[in-house]
Amino acid sequence: MTSLEDKFEESKKLGLQIVRESEEDRLMTLSVGPQHPGSGHFRFTVKVDGDYIVYCDPDPGYVHRGEEKMCEYRNVIQNIPHLERPVIHDSSNITYSYSLAIEELAGIEVPRRGQYIRALASELNRQVYTLYWLAIYGIFLGHSTMFMWPTGDRELFIDLLEVLTGARVTHAFNIPGGVRNDIPDGFKERCLRQMRYFQKRLKEYEDIFYNMPLFRQRTEGVAVLSKEDAIKLGVAGSVVRASGVPYDIRKAEPYDIYNEIDFKVQYMKTGDCFARSYVPFLDMQESCHIIEQLLDKMPQSGEVRAKLQPNPKGPPGETYRRVESGRGALGYYIVSDGTPKPYRVKISVGSFRNMLALPYLLVGQKLADMPAVYWSLNYWPVEADR
Amino acid sequence: MAASSQKSTENPPTPDKLPVPAAPKPAAGAPPPKKEPEAPPFEKGLVEEIKKKFGESIKVIFVKPLRIKIQVEPRDIVEVATFLRDSMGFDHAESAGGTDYPKENQIEVIYHLGSYTREDLGAHILSLTARTSRDDARLPTLINVYKSVEYHERETFEMLGVYFEGHPRNERFLLPEDWADIPPLRKDFRIKGR
Repeated sequence: MTSLEDKFEESKKLGLQIVRESEEDRLMTLSVGPQHPGSGHFRFTVKVDGDYIVYCDPDPGYVHRGEEKMCEYRNVIQNIPHLERPVIHDSSNITYSYSLAIEELAGIEVPRRGQYIRALASELNRQVYTLYWLAIYGIFLGHSTMFMWPTGDRELFIDLLEVLTGARVTHAFNIPGGVRNDIPDGFKERCLRQMRYFQKRLKEYEDIFYNMPLFRQRTEGVAVLSKEDAIKLGVAGSVVRASGVPYDIRKAEPYDIYNEIDFKVQYMKTGDCFARSYVPFLDMQESCHIIEQLLDKMPQSGEVRAKLQPNPKGPPGETYRRVESGRGALGYYIVSDGTPKPYRVKISVGSFRNMLALPYLLVGQKLADMPAVYWSLNYWPVEADR
Repeated sequence: MAASSQKSTENPPTPDKLPVPAAPKPAAGAPPPKKEPEAPPFEKGLVEEIKKKFGESIKVIFVKPLRIKIQVEPRDIVEVATFLRDSMGFDHAESAGGTDYPKENQIEVIYHLGSYTREDLGAHILSLTARTSRDDARLPTLINVYKSVEYHERETFEMLGVYFEGHPRNERFLLPEDWADIPPLRKDFRIKGR
Protein backbone atom coordinates (compact mmCIF):
# COMPACT_ATOMS: atom_id res chain seq x y z
CA MET A 1 0.00 0.00 0.00
CA THR A 2 1.46 3.30 -1.00
CA SER A 3 1.60 6.04 1.53
CA LEU A 4 0.20 9.48 1.00
CA GLU A 5 3.72 10.82 0.62
CA ASP A 6 4.46 8.35 -2.20
CA LYS A 7 1.28 9.29 -3.95
CA PHE A 8 2.28 12.90 -3.80
CA GLU A 9 5.71 12.17 -5.31
CA GLU A 10 4.09 10.04 -7.99
CA SER A 11 1.67 12.75 -8.93
CA LYS A 12 4.53 15.21 -9.31
CA LYS A 13 6.22 12.86 -11.80
CA LEU A 14 3.02 12.67 -13.78
CA GLY A 15 2.94 16.45 -13.90
CA LEU A 16 -0.19 16.80 -11.87
CA GLN A 17 -0.59 19.99 -9.87
CA ILE A 18 -1.57 18.76 -6.47
CA VAL A 19 -1.23 21.41 -3.80
CA ARG A 20 -1.10 20.32 -0.21
CA GLU A 21 -3.17 22.11 2.35
CA SER A 22 -1.11 24.64 4.22
CA GLU A 23 -1.69 25.95 7.71
CA GLU A 24 -3.12 29.16 6.26
CA ASP A 25 -5.71 27.25 4.23
CA ARG A 26 -7.26 25.88 7.35
CA LEU A 27 -8.02 29.35 8.67
CA MET A 28 -11.08 31.33 7.78
CA THR A 29 -11.17 35.07 8.27
CA LEU A 30 -14.40 36.54 9.56
CA SER A 31 -15.18 40.18 9.82
CA VAL A 32 -17.46 41.01 12.75
CA GLY A 33 -19.16 44.37 12.53
CA PRO A 34 -19.46 47.29 12.16
CA GLN A 35 -23.03 46.54 11.11
CA HIS A 36 -23.35 43.45 13.21
CA PRO A 37 -26.02 44.10 15.83
CA GLY A 38 -23.88 42.48 18.48
CA SER A 39 -20.76 44.48 17.90
CA GLY A 40 -22.23 47.95 18.11
CA HIS A 41 -20.37 50.24 15.67
CA PHE A 42 -17.20 48.29 16.13
CA ARG A 43 -15.39 45.96 13.80
CA PHE A 44 -12.98 43.24 14.59
CA THR A 45 -11.45 40.59 12.43
CA VAL A 46 -11.20 37.06 13.74
CA LYS A 47 -9.51 34.06 12.17
CA VAL A 48 -11.00 30.72 13.04
CA ASP A 49 -9.50 27.28 12.82
CA GLY A 50 -12.57 25.10 12.76
CA ASP A 51 -14.53 26.32 15.75
CA TYR A 52 -11.71 28.03 17.57
CA ILE A 53 -10.56 31.62 17.32
CA VAL A 54 -6.85 31.84 16.66
CA TYR A 55 -6.47 35.52 15.87
CA CYS A 56 -8.35 38.72 16.63
CA ASP A 57 -7.66 42.26 15.56
CA PRO A 58 -9.92 45.12 16.71
CA ASP A 59 -10.56 47.91 14.25
CA PRO A 60 -12.33 50.76 16.04
CA GLY A 61 -13.07 54.20 14.72
CA TYR A 62 -16.48 53.91 13.06
CA VAL A 63 -17.94 56.42 15.48
CA HIS A 64 -14.87 58.55 15.93
CA ARG A 65 -16.06 62.13 16.26
CA GLY A 66 -12.90 64.00 17.11
CA GLU A 67 -14.16 65.11 20.51
CA GLU A 68 -10.68 66.09 21.64
CA LYS A 69 -10.14 68.38 18.67
CA MET A 70 -13.61 69.90 19.02
CA CYS A 71 -12.83 70.85 22.62
CA GLU A 72 -10.02 73.11 21.45
CA TYR A 73 -12.46 75.27 19.49
CA ARG A 74 -15.04 75.93 22.19
CA ASN A 75 -14.86 77.45 25.61
CA VAL A 76 -15.14 75.27 28.65
CA ILE A 77 -18.91 75.61 29.10
CA GLN A 78 -19.73 75.10 25.42
CA ASN A 79 -17.83 71.82 25.55
CA ILE A 80 -20.25 70.10 27.90
CA PRO A 81 -23.09 69.10 25.55
CA HIS A 82 -20.86 67.54 22.93
CA LEU A 83 -18.64 65.79 25.46
CA GLU A 84 -21.52 63.63 26.65
CA ARG A 85 -22.24 62.26 23.18
CA PRO A 86 -19.68 59.42 23.38
CA VAL A 87 -21.72 57.70 26.04
CA ILE A 88 -25.17 59.13 26.28
CA HIS A 89 -26.34 56.46 28.75
CA ASP A 90 -23.76 57.65 31.25
CA SER A 91 -23.71 61.31 30.39
CA SER A 92 -23.48 62.55 33.97
CA ASN A 93 -20.29 60.65 34.64
CA ILE A 94 -18.52 61.67 31.46
CA THR A 95 -19.03 65.34 32.26
CA TYR A 96 -18.26 64.80 35.95
CA SER A 97 -14.51 64.43 35.64
CA TYR A 98 -14.44 67.20 33.05
CA SER A 99 -16.11 69.48 35.59
CA LEU A 100 -13.65 68.42 38.29
CA ALA A 101 -10.72 69.21 36.01
CA ILE A 102 -12.06 72.62 35.01
CA GLU A 103 -12.80 73.45 38.64
CA GLU A 104 -9.26 72.61 39.60
CA LEU A 105 -7.81 74.72 36.79
CA ALA A 106 -10.06 77.72 37.36
CA GLY A 107 -10.10 77.44 41.16
CA ILE A 108 -13.85 77.04 41.53
CA GLU A 109 -15.33 75.89 44.84
CA VAL A 110 -18.46 73.79 44.55
CA PRO A 111 -21.19 74.18 47.21
CA ARG A 112 -21.75 71.06 49.26
CA ARG A 113 -25.32 70.58 48.15
CA GLY A 114 -24.17 70.81 44.57
CA GLN A 115 -21.58 68.12 45.21
CA TYR A 116 -24.23 65.81 46.62
CA ILE A 117 -26.65 66.38 43.78
CA ARG A 118 -24.14 65.68 41.09
CA ALA A 119 -22.96 62.55 42.82
CA LEU A 120 -26.63 61.53 42.96
CA ALA A 121 -27.14 62.21 39.26
CA SER A 122 -24.01 60.23 38.46
CA GLU A 123 -25.09 57.23 40.53
CA LEU A 124 -28.53 57.22 38.88
CA ASN A 125 -26.84 57.44 35.53
CA ARG A 126 -24.51 54.58 36.31
CA GLN A 127 -27.60 52.44 36.92
CA VAL A 128 -29.03 53.50 33.55
CA TYR A 129 -25.85 52.49 31.80
CA THR A 130 -25.41 49.20 33.62
CA LEU A 131 -29.02 48.19 32.98
CA TYR A 132 -28.62 48.92 29.30
CA TRP A 133 -25.44 46.90 29.20
CA LEU A 134 -27.09 44.04 31.07
CA ALA A 135 -29.98 44.03 28.60
CA ILE A 136 -27.58 43.64 25.69
CA TYR A 137 -25.57 41.01 27.50
CA GLY A 138 -28.78 39.08 28.14
CA ILE A 139 -30.04 39.13 24.58
CA PHE A 140 -26.70 38.08 23.13
CA LEU A 141 -26.66 35.06 25.33
CA GLY A 142 -30.13 34.23 24.03
CA HIS A 143 -31.98 35.26 27.17
CA SER A 144 -34.74 37.54 25.97
CA THR A 145 -36.27 38.07 29.42
CA MET A 146 -33.00 39.61 30.48
CA PHE A 147 -33.38 42.00 27.60
CA MET A 148 -36.92 43.02 28.53
CA TRP A 149 -36.56 43.43 32.27
CA PRO A 150 -33.55 45.76 32.48
CA THR A 151 -34.85 47.77 29.53
CA GLY A 152 -38.09 48.27 31.39
CA ASP A 153 -36.53 49.01 34.76
CA ARG A 154 -34.13 51.40 33.13
CA GLU A 155 -37.15 53.62 32.55
CA LEU A 156 -37.43 54.12 36.30
CA PHE A 157 -34.06 55.81 36.40
CA ILE A 158 -34.59 57.66 33.16
CA ASP A 159 -37.83 59.07 34.57
CA LEU A 160 -36.07 60.07 37.78
CA LEU A 161 -33.36 61.79 35.80
CA GLU A 162 -35.96 63.47 33.64
CA VAL A 163 -37.57 64.94 36.74
CA LEU A 164 -34.18 65.95 38.07
CA THR A 165 -32.51 67.33 34.96
CA GLY A 166 -35.22 67.91 32.38
CA ALA A 167 -33.82 65.53 29.79
CA ARG A 168 -34.11 61.80 29.41
CA VAL A 169 -30.63 60.81 28.30
CA THR A 170 -28.30 63.70 27.51
CA HIS A 171 -28.69 65.92 30.54
CA ALA A 172 -25.70 68.30 30.48
CA PHE A 173 -26.41 68.46 34.20
CA ASN A 174 -22.98 68.25 35.81
CA ILE A 175 -21.19 71.44 34.97
CA PRO A 176 -18.11 73.20 36.33
CA GLY A 177 -19.25 74.78 39.58
CA GLY A 178 -21.97 72.31 40.52
CA VAL A 179 -25.19 71.26 38.85
CA ARG A 180 -27.56 73.13 36.59
CA ASN A 181 -30.61 73.17 38.87
CA ASP A 182 -31.87 72.08 42.25
CA ILE A 183 -33.79 68.95 43.16
CA PRO A 184 -37.55 69.32 42.58
CA ASP A 185 -40.08 68.83 45.38
CA GLY A 186 -40.93 65.27 46.29
CA PHE A 187 -37.91 63.87 44.49
CA LYS A 188 -36.43 62.23 47.54
CA GLU A 189 -39.56 60.24 48.37
CA ARG A 190 -40.02 59.13 44.80
CA CYS A 191 -36.40 58.16 44.47
CA LEU A 192 -36.40 56.14 47.69
CA ARG A 193 -39.63 54.39 46.73
CA GLN A 194 -38.27 53.38 43.35
CA MET A 195 -34.99 52.28 44.88
CA ARG A 196 -36.86 49.90 47.20
CA TYR A 197 -38.70 48.46 44.23
CA PHE A 198 -35.52 48.17 42.22
CA GLN A 199 -33.68 46.31 44.95
CA LYS A 200 -36.46 43.72 44.93
CA ARG A 201 -36.11 43.46 41.18
CA LEU A 202 -32.39 42.91 41.45
CA LYS A 203 -33.06 39.76 43.48
CA GLU A 204 -35.28 38.54 40.65
CA TYR A 205 -32.55 39.29 38.13
CA GLU A 206 -30.23 37.13 40.12
CA ASP A 207 -32.69 34.27 40.22
CA ILE A 208 -33.64 34.27 36.60
CA PHE A 209 -30.30 35.14 35.04
CA TYR A 210 -27.24 34.79 37.20
CA ASN A 211 -28.38 31.60 38.90
CA MET A 212 -29.57 29.97 35.72
CA PRO A 213 -27.51 26.83 34.94
CA LEU A 214 -27.39 27.63 31.22
CA PHE A 215 -25.93 31.05 31.84
CA ARG A 216 -23.44 29.64 34.29
CA GLN A 217 -22.31 27.03 31.79
CA ARG A 218 -21.75 29.60 29.11
CA THR A 219 -19.76 31.97 31.28
CA GLU A 220 -18.05 30.15 34.12
CA GLY A 221 -14.43 29.40 33.37
CA VAL A 222 -14.66 31.05 29.95
CA ALA A 223 -11.92 33.49 28.93
CA VAL A 224 -10.16 33.80 32.25
CA LEU A 225 -8.13 36.95 32.79
CA SER A 226 -5.65 36.44 35.59
CA LYS A 227 -4.85 39.16 38.08
CA GLU A 228 -1.31 39.61 36.77
CA ASP A 229 -2.49 39.92 33.19
CA ALA A 230 -5.26 42.31 34.12
CA ILE A 231 -2.73 44.60 35.78
CA LYS A 232 -0.31 44.27 32.89
CA LEU A 233 -2.99 45.08 30.32
CA GLY A 234 -4.12 48.01 32.43
CA VAL A 235 -7.82 47.21 32.08
CA ALA A 236 -10.29 49.28 34.06
CA GLY A 237 -13.49 49.17 36.03
CA SER A 238 -15.47 45.97 36.40
CA VAL A 239 -12.98 44.01 34.28
CA VAL A 240 -10.07 44.59 36.63
CA ARG A 241 -12.33 44.16 39.68
CA ALA A 242 -13.49 40.80 38.34
CA SER A 243 -9.86 39.69 38.23
CA GLY A 244 -9.29 40.29 41.90
CA VAL A 245 -8.09 43.90 42.04
CA PRO A 246 -10.38 45.87 44.37
CA TYR A 247 -9.82 49.18 42.64
CA ASP A 248 -12.51 51.82 42.44
CA ILE A 249 -11.74 55.51 41.97
CA ARG A 250 -14.56 56.39 44.36
CA LYS A 251 -12.58 54.61 47.07
CA ALA A 252 -9.01 55.02 45.85
CA GLU A 253 -9.22 58.73 45.16
CA PRO A 254 -12.52 59.97 46.62
CA TYR A 255 -13.79 63.00 44.77
CA ASP A 256 -16.39 65.46 46.03
CA ILE A 257 -18.27 63.83 48.93
CA TYR A 258 -17.51 60.16 48.31
CA ASN A 259 -15.32 59.98 51.41
CA GLU A 260 -18.47 60.60 53.48
CA ILE A 261 -20.30 57.68 51.90
CA ASP A 262 -20.04 54.20 53.32
CA PHE A 263 -19.78 51.55 50.62
CA LYS A 264 -17.78 48.50 49.67
CA VAL A 265 -15.73 47.94 46.55
CA GLN A 266 -17.26 44.89 44.95
CA TYR A 267 -14.83 42.51 43.36
CA MET A 268 -14.36 38.85 42.49
CA LYS A 269 -11.30 36.70 42.07
CA THR A 270 -12.10 34.25 39.31
CA GLY A 271 -11.61 36.61 36.34
CA ASP A 272 -13.88 34.67 34.00
CA CYS A 273 -16.86 35.89 31.99
CA PHE A 274 -19.19 35.20 34.89
CA ALA A 275 -17.18 37.39 37.25
CA ARG A 276 -17.02 40.14 34.66
CA SER A 277 -20.78 40.06 34.23
CA TYR A 278 -21.56 39.68 37.94
CA VAL A 279 -19.39 42.55 39.23
CA PRO A 280 -21.50 45.23 37.46
CA PHE A 281 -24.55 43.61 39.03
CA LEU A 282 -22.98 43.86 42.49
CA ASP A 283 -22.11 47.45 41.65
CA MET A 284 -25.77 48.13 40.96
CA GLN A 285 -26.71 46.84 44.42
CA GLU A 286 -23.99 48.96 45.99
CA SER A 287 -25.10 51.95 43.98
CA CYS A 288 -28.61 51.66 45.45
CA HIS A 289 -27.12 51.99 48.94
CA ILE A 290 -25.04 54.95 47.82
CA ILE A 291 -28.12 56.70 46.40
CA GLU A 292 -30.02 56.18 49.67
CA GLN A 293 -27.13 57.60 51.67
CA LEU A 294 -26.71 60.55 49.34
CA LEU A 295 -30.37 61.47 49.74
CA ASP A 296 -30.09 61.09 53.52
CA LYS A 297 -26.91 63.04 54.09
CA MET A 298 -27.58 65.82 51.61
CA PRO A 299 -27.76 69.31 53.10
CA GLN A 300 -31.40 70.33 53.08
CA SER A 301 -30.82 73.74 51.61
CA GLY A 302 -28.14 75.86 50.08
CA GLU A 303 -26.60 76.76 46.79
CA VAL A 304 -26.22 74.05 44.19
CA ARG A 305 -23.91 75.91 41.88
CA ALA A 306 -21.01 78.30 42.28
CA LYS A 307 -21.31 81.60 40.54
CA LEU A 308 -19.06 81.59 37.50
CA GLN A 309 -17.48 84.25 35.37
CA PRO A 310 -18.91 84.51 31.84
CA ASN A 311 -15.90 82.61 30.50
CA PRO A 312 -14.32 80.65 33.33
CA LYS A 313 -10.59 80.39 32.98
CA GLY A 314 -7.60 80.02 35.20
CA PRO A 315 -3.89 80.52 35.01
CA PRO A 316 -1.95 78.31 32.56
CA GLY A 317 -1.58 74.83 33.91
CA GLU A 318 -2.62 71.26 33.46
CA THR A 319 -4.50 68.66 35.38
CA TYR A 320 -5.62 65.05 35.24
CA ARG A 321 -8.84 64.24 37.06
CA ARG A 322 -10.83 61.04 37.00
CA VAL A 323 -14.04 59.54 38.27
CA GLU A 324 -15.39 56.01 38.35
CA SER A 325 -17.86 55.65 35.50
CA GLY A 326 -19.93 52.63 34.56
CA ARG A 327 -17.00 51.33 32.55
CA GLY A 328 -14.15 52.16 34.87
CA ALA A 329 -11.88 55.11 35.42
CA LEU A 330 -12.77 58.05 33.24
CA GLY A 331 -10.07 60.69 33.22
CA TYR A 332 -9.56 64.04 31.60
CA TYR A 333 -6.13 65.43 30.94
CA ILE A 334 -6.60 69.12 30.30
CA VAL A 335 -3.90 71.60 29.40
CA SER A 336 -4.88 75.23 29.72
CA ASP A 337 -2.93 78.17 28.32
CA GLY A 338 -4.87 80.76 30.28
CA THR A 339 -7.53 81.42 27.64
CA PRO A 340 -11.19 80.39 27.98
CA LYS A 341 -10.65 77.57 25.48
CA PRO A 342 -8.72 74.50 26.58
CA TYR A 343 -5.39 74.08 24.82
CA ARG A 344 -5.59 70.31 24.81
CA VAL A 345 -8.15 67.85 26.13
CA LYS A 346 -7.35 64.18 26.33
CA ILE A 347 -10.12 61.85 27.38
CA SER A 348 -8.96 58.60 28.90
CA VAL A 349 -11.83 56.14 28.93
CA GLY A 350 -12.23 52.66 30.34
CA SER A 351 -13.60 51.26 27.09
CA PHE A 352 -10.47 52.12 25.17
CA ARG A 353 -8.37 50.41 27.80
CA ASN A 354 -10.58 47.34 27.97
CA MET A 355 -10.38 46.90 24.20
CA LEU A 356 -6.80 45.72 24.64
CA ALA A 357 -8.08 42.68 26.51
CA LEU A 358 -10.32 41.59 23.64
CA PRO A 359 -7.71 39.97 21.33
CA TYR A 360 -6.01 38.60 24.41
CA LEU A 361 -9.15 36.88 25.69
CA LEU A 362 -10.72 35.78 22.42
CA VAL A 363 -7.78 33.78 21.13
CA GLY A 364 -8.35 30.15 22.06
CA GLN A 365 -12.08 30.54 22.64
CA LYS A 366 -14.85 28.99 20.59
CA LEU A 367 -16.53 31.27 18.10
CA ALA A 368 -19.85 30.71 19.84
CA ASP A 369 -18.41 32.23 23.01
CA MET A 370 -17.47 35.44 21.25
CA PRO A 371 -20.55 37.46 22.32
CA ALA A 372 -20.19 36.30 25.91
CA VAL A 373 -16.56 37.43 25.99
CA TYR A 374 -17.03 40.61 24.02
CA TRP A 375 -19.86 42.04 26.10
CA SER A 376 -18.34 40.91 29.37
CA LEU A 377 -15.61 43.49 28.78
CA ASN A 378 -18.12 46.25 29.53
CA TYR A 379 -17.01 47.85 26.33
CA TRP A 380 -18.82 50.76 24.73
CA PRO A 381 -17.49 51.34 21.19
CA VAL A 382 -18.71 54.92 20.90
CA GLU A 383 -16.87 55.88 24.03
CA ALA A 384 -13.69 54.13 22.95
CA ASP A 385 -13.67 56.04 19.67
CA ARG A 386 -14.52 59.41 21.21
CA MET B 1 -18.02 95.99 29.99
CA ALA B 2 -15.57 93.55 28.54
CA ALA B 3 -12.69 95.26 30.26
CA SER B 4 -14.38 95.09 33.64
CA SER B 5 -15.13 91.40 33.30
CA GLN B 6 -11.53 90.85 32.26
CA LYS B 7 -10.32 92.60 35.32
CA SER B 8 -12.55 90.68 37.69
CA THR B 9 -11.23 87.33 36.47
CA GLU B 10 -7.71 88.23 37.52
CA ASN B 11 -6.54 86.60 40.68
CA PRO B 12 -6.87 88.73 43.82
CA PRO B 13 -3.58 89.45 45.59
CA THR B 14 -2.67 86.45 47.68
CA PRO B 15 -1.77 86.93 51.33
CA ASP B 16 1.80 85.80 50.87
CA LYS B 17 2.41 88.58 48.36
CA LEU B 18 1.31 91.32 50.72
CA PRO B 19 4.23 91.52 53.20
CA VAL B 20 6.81 91.59 50.43
CA PRO B 21 7.20 95.40 50.16
CA ALA B 22 8.17 95.51 53.84
CA ALA B 23 10.85 92.87 53.40
CA PRO B 24 14.29 94.39 52.90
CA LYS B 25 15.74 91.63 50.70
CA PRO B 26 14.54 92.17 47.08
CA ALA B 27 16.26 94.87 45.08
CA ALA B 28 14.15 97.84 44.03
CA GLY B 29 12.06 97.12 40.96
CA ALA B 30 12.57 93.37 41.09
CA PRO B 31 9.35 91.35 41.16
CA PRO B 32 8.59 89.81 44.54
CA PRO B 33 9.73 86.19 44.68
CA LYS B 34 6.74 83.94 44.14
CA LYS B 35 6.27 81.44 46.88
CA GLU B 36 5.64 77.90 45.66
CA PRO B 37 3.10 75.97 47.69
CA GLU B 38 4.80 73.35 49.79
CA ALA B 39 4.84 69.92 48.12
CA PRO B 40 3.29 67.14 50.17
CA PRO B 41 5.89 64.90 51.85
CA PHE B 42 4.81 61.56 50.34
CA GLU B 43 4.99 62.84 46.78
CA LYS B 44 8.27 64.57 47.58
CA GLY B 45 9.66 61.25 48.78
CA LEU B 46 8.68 59.58 45.51
CA VAL B 47 10.42 62.28 43.52
CA GLU B 48 13.52 62.01 45.69
CA GLU B 49 13.61 58.30 45.03
CA ILE B 50 13.56 58.84 41.27
CA LYS B 51 16.10 61.62 41.48
CA LYS B 52 18.45 59.49 43.54
CA LYS B 53 18.49 56.93 40.79
CA PHE B 54 18.72 59.14 37.72
CA GLY B 55 20.12 62.41 39.03
CA GLU B 56 19.93 65.49 36.91
CA SER B 57 18.74 63.84 33.72
CA ILE B 58 15.20 64.05 35.10
CA LYS B 59 13.36 67.32 35.12
CA VAL B 60 10.59 67.57 37.70
CA ILE B 61 7.87 69.76 36.22
CA PHE B 62 5.59 69.82 39.25
CA VAL B 63 4.82 67.97 42.45
CA LYS B 64 1.22 68.47 43.56
CA PRO B 65 -0.93 66.43 45.91
CA LEU B 66 -1.47 63.05 44.18
CA ARG B 67 0.07 64.26 40.92
CA ILE B 68 3.69 64.27 39.81
CA LYS B 69 4.99 65.22 36.42
CA ILE B 70 8.50 64.49 35.29
CA GLN B 71 10.19 65.03 31.97
CA VAL B 72 12.96 62.84 30.64
CA GLU B 73 15.19 62.76 27.61
CA PRO B 74 13.84 60.47 24.87
CA ARG B 75 16.86 58.19 25.12
CA ASP B 76 16.26 57.62 28.85
CA ILE B 77 12.54 57.02 28.74
CA VAL B 78 12.62 53.21 28.56
CA GLU B 79 15.09 52.98 31.41
CA VAL B 80 13.10 55.37 33.60
CA ALA B 81 9.84 53.59 32.83
CA THR B 82 11.39 50.24 33.71
CA PHE B 83 12.58 51.66 37.01
CA LEU B 84 9.14 53.13 37.75
CA ARG B 85 7.50 49.79 37.06
CA ASP B 86 9.91 47.50 38.84
CA SER B 87 11.07 49.55 41.81
CA MET B 88 8.27 52.04 42.43
CA GLY B 89 5.16 50.01 41.72
CA PHE B 90 3.63 52.01 38.88
CA ASP B 91 2.39 48.91 37.15
CA HIS B 92 0.17 50.17 34.34
CA ALA B 93 -0.35 53.16 32.11
CA GLU B 94 -3.81 54.65 32.33
CA SER B 95 -3.44 56.64 29.20
CA ALA B 96 -0.91 58.07 26.85
CA GLY B 97 -1.32 61.04 24.61
CA GLY B 98 0.44 64.05 23.32
CA THR B 99 0.29 67.79 23.07
CA ASP B 100 1.53 69.87 20.18
CA TYR B 101 3.54 73.02 20.96
CA PRO B 102 4.20 74.70 17.60
CA LYS B 103 5.82 77.76 19.19
CA GLU B 104 8.57 75.60 20.66
CA ASN B 105 8.49 73.31 17.63
CA GLN B 106 7.99 70.37 19.95
CA ILE B 107 5.52 67.63 20.70
CA GLU B 108 5.15 66.41 24.23
CA VAL B 109 4.15 62.80 24.72
CA ILE B 110 2.70 62.06 28.13
CA TYR B 111 2.11 58.74 29.87
CA HIS B 112 -0.17 58.71 32.90
CA LEU B 113 1.08 55.92 35.10
CA GLY B 114 -0.92 54.45 37.94
CA SER B 115 -0.71 51.57 40.34
CA TYR B 116 -3.06 48.70 41.06
CA THR B 117 -0.72 46.75 43.30
CA ARG B 118 0.47 49.38 45.77
CA GLU B 119 -2.45 50.58 47.84
CA ASP B 120 -0.76 53.81 48.93
CA LEU B 121 -0.26 54.75 45.28
CA GLY B 122 -3.86 54.05 44.27
CA ALA B 123 -4.78 57.73 44.09
CA HIS B 124 -1.52 58.84 42.53
CA ILE B 125 -0.80 59.53 38.90
CA LEU B 126 2.74 59.94 37.74
CA SER B 127 2.99 61.71 34.42
CA LEU B 128 6.04 60.63 32.49
CA THR B 129 6.72 62.92 29.58
CA ALA B 130 9.26 63.31 26.84
CA ARG B 131 9.55 65.95 24.17
CA THR B 132 10.46 65.44 20.57
CA SER B 133 10.90 67.71 17.59
CA ARG B 134 7.83 68.38 15.45
CA ASP B 135 9.73 67.95 12.20
CA ASP B 136 10.95 64.45 12.89
CA ALA B 137 8.80 63.24 15.75
CA ARG B 138 10.24 59.99 17.03
CA LEU B 139 10.30 58.36 20.43
CA PRO B 140 11.19 54.90 21.69
CA THR B 141 8.08 52.86 22.41
CA LEU B 142 7.20 51.82 25.95
CA ILE B 143 5.27 48.76 24.79
CA ASN B 144 7.86 46.39 26.24
CA VAL B 145 7.57 48.04 29.64
CA TYR B 146 3.87 48.81 29.71
CA LYS B 147 1.81 46.50 27.55
CA SER B 148 -1.16 48.76 28.21
CA VAL B 149 0.18 51.57 26.03
CA GLU B 150 -0.15 49.57 22.82
CA TYR B 151 -3.33 51.20 21.53
CA HIS B 152 -2.61 54.56 23.11
CA GLU B 153 0.66 54.82 21.23
CA ARG B 154 -1.04 53.81 18.01
CA GLU B 155 -3.57 56.55 18.59
CA THR B 156 -0.83 59.08 19.33
CA PHE B 157 0.94 58.05 16.14
CA GLU B 158 -2.02 58.81 13.95
CA MET B 159 -3.34 61.82 15.84
CA LEU B 160 -0.01 63.62 16.36
CA GLY B 161 2.34 61.92 13.95
CA VAL B 162 4.80 60.66 16.54
CA TYR B 163 6.57 57.56 15.28
CA PHE B 164 7.22 55.08 18.08
CA GLU B 165 10.42 53.21 17.34
CA GLY B 166 10.01 49.55 18.11
CA HIS B 167 6.22 49.59 18.15
CA PRO B 168 5.02 46.80 15.85
CA ARG B 169 2.12 48.72 14.40
CA ASN B 170 2.56 52.42 13.71
CA GLU B 171 -0.52 52.49 11.52
CA ARG B 172 -4.07 53.73 11.05
CA PHE B 173 -6.35 53.05 13.99
CA LEU B 174 -9.29 55.38 14.62
CA LEU B 175 -9.25 57.58 11.52
CA PRO B 176 -10.80 56.51 8.22
CA GLU B 177 -8.67 54.30 6.00
CA ASP B 178 -8.56 56.93 3.24
CA TRP B 179 -7.47 59.75 5.55
CA ALA B 180 -4.95 61.87 3.64
CA ASP B 181 -4.16 64.91 5.71
CA ILE B 182 -1.75 65.93 8.43
CA PRO B 183 -2.25 64.38 11.88
CA PRO B 184 -5.41 66.04 13.16
CA LEU B 185 -4.38 66.88 16.72
CA ARG B 186 -1.48 69.01 15.54
CA LYS B 187 -2.26 72.67 15.95
CA ASP B 188 -1.83 73.51 12.27
CA PHE B 189 -4.70 71.20 11.39
CA ARG B 190 -7.84 73.32 11.35
CA ILE B 191 -11.38 72.02 11.46
CA LYS B 192 -12.95 73.01 8.17
CA GLY B 193 -14.96 76.21 8.37
CA ARG B 194 -13.49 77.32 11.68
